[in-house]
Amino acid sequence: MHIDPLEKKWMYVIGLITVVMIGSMTYAAITMNLHPPSNVETIDPKTLHLEGEFAEDNLGVTTSPDGSITVRMIAARYSFYPQIIEVPVDTDVTFRLTAPDIVHGVHVPFTNMSTMVIPGYISEVTTRFSKTGEALFLCNEYCGLGHDYMWSKLKVVPKA
Amino acid sequence: MYDKSKSVAIANLWVAFAAFFVAIVLGLYQVANRSGLFPEIESHELYFASVSTHGVLMGFVLTTFFIMGFGYYTATSTLKRPLWNKGLAWIAFIVALGGTVMAAIPLLTGHASVLYTFYPPLKAHPAFYIGATLLVVGSWIWCLEMIMSTVTWKRDNPGEIVPLAMYGTTANAIMWLWTSAGVAIEMLFQLIPWSLGIKDTIDPGMARTLFSWTLHAIVYFWLFPAYIAMYTILPKVAGGRLFSDEMARIAFIMLLVISVPIGFHHLYMDPQQSAGFKFLHMLGTFGVAIPTLLTGFTVLASLEGAGRLRGGKGLFGWIGALDWKEPMVVAGMMALLMLIAGGFGGMINASYQMNTLVHNTQWVTGHFHLIFGGTTIIMYLAVAYWIWPKLTGRAIASRAMATTQLWLWTIGMLVLTLPWHAIGLLGQPRRISSTPYDSPLVDQWNPHEVAMIVGGVILLLSALLFVLNLLMSHGTRKTEQPKGDEWAVAVYPPMRVPKPMNGYALWNGIVAVWMVVAYGIPIVQLILLDAPGSLPWGY
Repeated sequence: MHIDPLEKKWMYVIGLITVVMIGSMTYAAITMNLHPPSNVETIDPKTLHLEGEFAEDNLGVTTSPDGSITVRMIAARYSFYPQIIEVPVDTDVTFRLTAPDIVHGVHVPFTNMSTMVIPGYISEVTTRFSKTGEALFLCNEYCGLGHDYMWSKLKVVPKA
Repeated sequence: MYDKSKSVAIANLWVAFAAFFVAIVLGLYQVANRSGLFPEIESHELYFASVSTHGVLMGFVLTTFFIMGFGYYTATSTLKRPLWNKGLAWIAFIVALGGTVMAAIPLLTGHASVLYTFYPPLKAHPAFYIGATLLVVGSWIWCLEMIMSTVTWKRDNPGEIVPLAMYGTTANAIMWLWTSAGVAIEMLFQLIPWSLGIKDTIDPGMARTLFSWTLHAIVYFWLFPAYIAMYTILPKVAGGRLFSDEMARIAFIMLLVISVPIGFHHLYMDPQQSAGFKFLHMLGTFGVAIPTLLTGFTVLASLEGAGRLRGGKGLFGWIGALDWKEPMVVAGMMALLMLIAGGFGGMINASYQMNTLVHNTQWVTGHFHLIFGGTTIIMYLAVAYWIWPKLTGRAIASRAMATTQLWLWTIGMLVLTLPWHAIGLLGQPRRISSTPYDSPLVDQWNPHEVAMIVGGVILLLSALLFVLNLLMSHGTRKTEQPKGDEWAVAVYPPMRVPKPMNGYALWNGIVAVWMVVAYGIPIVQLILLDAPGSLPWGY
């Protein structure tokens, strides 16, 4: 084996780059509890509209006695339901979503609200919005010829 | 004189480049449709049929046939003997071409607008799934051909070192067998029986998990030949030597071992996998950046050596001294430039947290067009210019046209992909055919859409020059006979290498164990979880 001294130095640089990058992500994961949405929970897409937390009456924003906010939404061709969601600024909001039909994805531009929505599973994301105003939920996974029309509104309002 | 399997190589390469040209035309239509500037051509049906076809042609057809054609030439030229079984090479070609045609019919008639990543429970015509599977089966026969050519050569030449280009090609063949197993399982156990109505429901979470097994390493399957050309052809045509043969082998081995068990970074945002396995795959994803960082160094060092041999002085003088009239040199330098830019973007996609902000936005499409359309394809084009005279005995019709074409390709790709990244950061989702959103965001996107059309036009022009040049080369009277050995020699050619750097047994063992942990356990978990299935949906 012949390794050029210059190449050896470069290998140390590569090692350093890798350690710094993996280290910073590990640090953020452990100390700030920053993980991608990974809630392994199942639901039957064929019957979710009949009863349970995703029946029509239970959708939308709910505030529990301790003040925490949960938003339940259905992603279905071609919108997110309910189509307008209103939440307070600078407050933890937990989104729970599922789909009765096919695979969708949702993100609110410039925020950490992003997850895939897969029939058979419930997606859960907790985030907080730091700016008031109107924003969009956009479907970001191809879900059929009307995919472009799949979006809805998010209103972030001042704290009550 | 031994048989060099030239006709089977050229047949494969022509299928690849014909698919490439059709896909480029579709690409230009897509950027135009999406911009909203041409309401008369706008159509969701046409757009999604076009995107599906563009993806399949570029990702599956161009790449697979190019890799097969280049592999046959590499095997016969480096091992200096015929293929292990030449008839099998033609069978691979016919199976793969038959599969392509079978998949193309539903694609072009709008019966398979499910994009090239399938997205069950959207259901396409069964012929699409079966055709795509046959294309993969054809590529498996190629893998067998490459592996057996190397194995029999080693048996007949005990103690000799497998030539570097063939060592890399064999690594790619083995890696592709590992890689394609995921999508093959998805096809055989999920999509095909379900699309034929034999099974009622499908678990999209399992389908996505199996597809992710293939989805990352497939890009390394495409990139591998570009790296092989950078290591084993570029230094030679630049007038220099390869900086290090051993480092190239280490990079090939690392690509083989690390590429496959890391596909969960495509599932970061998915609900069916837990954070722990996503984190594990993130670690491997950053590991696979290492062979690319090694490659960048070794290839640039080789080119610097060539520039200095040609009289280049000073820190950067060697760059100007390179032979910029040589297509492979232009392509190699531009490929590295785009690799550096695209590599940074890739690190963001791969990151466990930052990915959240770019996931499924146009940033991702911009990223892979820069790395694949830029770095990988420009090397394919340069390899075509290099290999054509060897296969046809005729010179390239116009070398000036070739270098112009490669410059245009780089410019077009940058004009296309830089705004594409920007539009993604501005929140535009990917896989849309128009932007009918009630939001001021749309106005911010529009200037970028216009730039992308300009990029698309430049790329189409470049592709046209490429195909014309190859066609004209078949008719030219200028002959060109290969002189001596065509492959780059290392500065210090190794006299012997450790056994694991001349074979793959050890590395296959490591991949097997890693795959059991990285994919075996999550797949078993999904089977035990037994999520309620989904019925098929049209689009």
